[in-house]
Amino acid sequence: MGWTRKHLLTMQELDASEIVLLIDTAASLQEIATREIKKVPALRGKTIVNLFYEPSTRTRTSFEIAGKWLSADVINFASSGSSTTKGESFIDTAKNIAAMSPDVVIVRHSSAGAAALLARTLPCSIVNAGDGAHEHPTQALLDLLTIREKKAHFDGLHVAIVGDIAHSRVARSDIHGMRKLGMTVTVAGPPTLIPAFVQELGVKVSYRLEDAIRDVDVIMMLRLQHERMTNGLVPSLREYSRYWGLTLEKLAVHARPDVLIMHPGPVNRGIELSPEVADGPYSVILDQVAKGVAVRMGVLLLLAGSRGEAS
Amino acid sequence: MATPVPRFREKAQVLDDAALDRALTRIAHEILEKNGGASDVAFVGLRTRGVTLAQRLAAKIAQIDGAALPVGTLDITLYRDDLGLRGAPLIRGTDIPFSIKNKTVILVDDVLFTGRTVRAALDAIIDLGRPKAIQLAILIDRGHRELPIRPDYVGKNLPTSRRESVAVRLREHDGEDRVVIEEPEEA
Repeated sequence: MGWTRKHLLTMQELDASEIVLLIDTAASLQEIATREIKKVPALRGKTIVNLFYEPSTRTRTSFEIAGKWLSADVINFASSGSSTTKGESFIDTAKNIAAMSPDVVIVRHSSAGAAALLARTLPCSIVNAGDGAHEHPTQALLDLLTIREKKAHFDGLHVAIVGDIAHSRVARSDIHGMRKLGMTVTVAGPPTLIPAFVQELGVKVSYRLEDAIRDVDVIMMLRLQHERMTNGLVPSLREYSRYWGLTLEKLAVHARPDVLIMHPGPVNRGIELSPEVADGPYSVILDQVAKGVAVRMGVLLLLAGSRGEAS
Repeated sequence: MATPVPRFREKAQVLDDAALDRALTRIAHEILEKNGGASDVAFVGLRTRGVTLAQRLAAKIAQIDGAALPVGTLDITLYRDDLGLRGAPLIRGTDIPFSIKNKTVILVDDVLFTGRTVRAALDAIIDLGRPKAIQLAILIDRGHRELPIRPDYVGKNLPTSRRESVAVRLREHDGEDRVVIEEPEEA
């Protein structure tokens, strides 16, 4: 089964074989990070634009490194300090960038559907690097690659995704990817942060951390965004941390000894994760970051390295 | 979707299992002779059958000389000059678990045709470090070079026409050791 898509917009639209192809491609490219000369000529002469309307460290940097290791020219566009501050609309900015003939535009925007809008409007390939609370497919792919490397398979694994499910694009992309690969997913968090009808995605729901982490293979902790508190969804950070923060004590009592702790970053130390857990033996948080470069190389290669057949 | 792959039928057998084995034995001896022994020699096979042939050459040299030479695997997809012309690339990964610095690298592939694969492989190897020398071992040289590349060790020179194809079948992949010329069925 080959790759025939022009864009990477969601995990929802991919089928299991496409997800596995992306993960396999990324796994094969990991070796480049260990080389003395970290560069291969695969995307020489291709132009990649990072179009980021929201702050990002990991995602933007790892797309930039991924493009550069594949020898593409990578241009970063950040909305601050650009024509956006002069009042140019999103679509006008994108059309102006497209007029400079990039091969791939990587877009992050606070509105769901921003990447799909560009895919309909621009002639180049579009990668969704996060659109509102909708999807963040490359994060899900790097999570899946990390899980496969640690657990050797997907089928039958049970994952607990804990925290602010309602506002998390990572949770949504992870759920789609994990369900397609035969994993069981439980989402857990305070009721105000669990979307209504989330069971429609094929997940179980838990309202108690201790129940959610029992007997799971992977615990995915999500970042609690501070603005959720001011919106009245969480009474206080202290209360959230007491009930939903993962500590070594809770892990020792309730979780399996071989559980993996994951987090898409950036970590609020002492809120959703205690520092001992974030830096502890269960944590694969930095593995996730390293895999992020390989996954983004794989995505760029499959999108920009196959212009002949994609339509 | 994908254009239908033309079907090929067997036209003639070029090597049987005994002849294939003799060719590899001779190449192993030639490698030792040309390099004055096996010190600082390493094999790098091109995916997929080049790797198998490299492993067999290393085994032969181990029999003759007692030296256990390292064998690496090279995937040159990222270096191809026709990347993107053939649909999405399938990357299977490079695995060279030793330093090639100051080594004599014997690059092994099953068939030498236009030379473009070897050109890509040379770039790929040199990106990994600076070997002392690179030599090229090929089971079948079928001619039609498009680049100034020549092999150092050849199992068999086989004049072919461009429309024919050479199939190297190896036990490990195809259940038999045999080399055949194939021609398109609708001809």
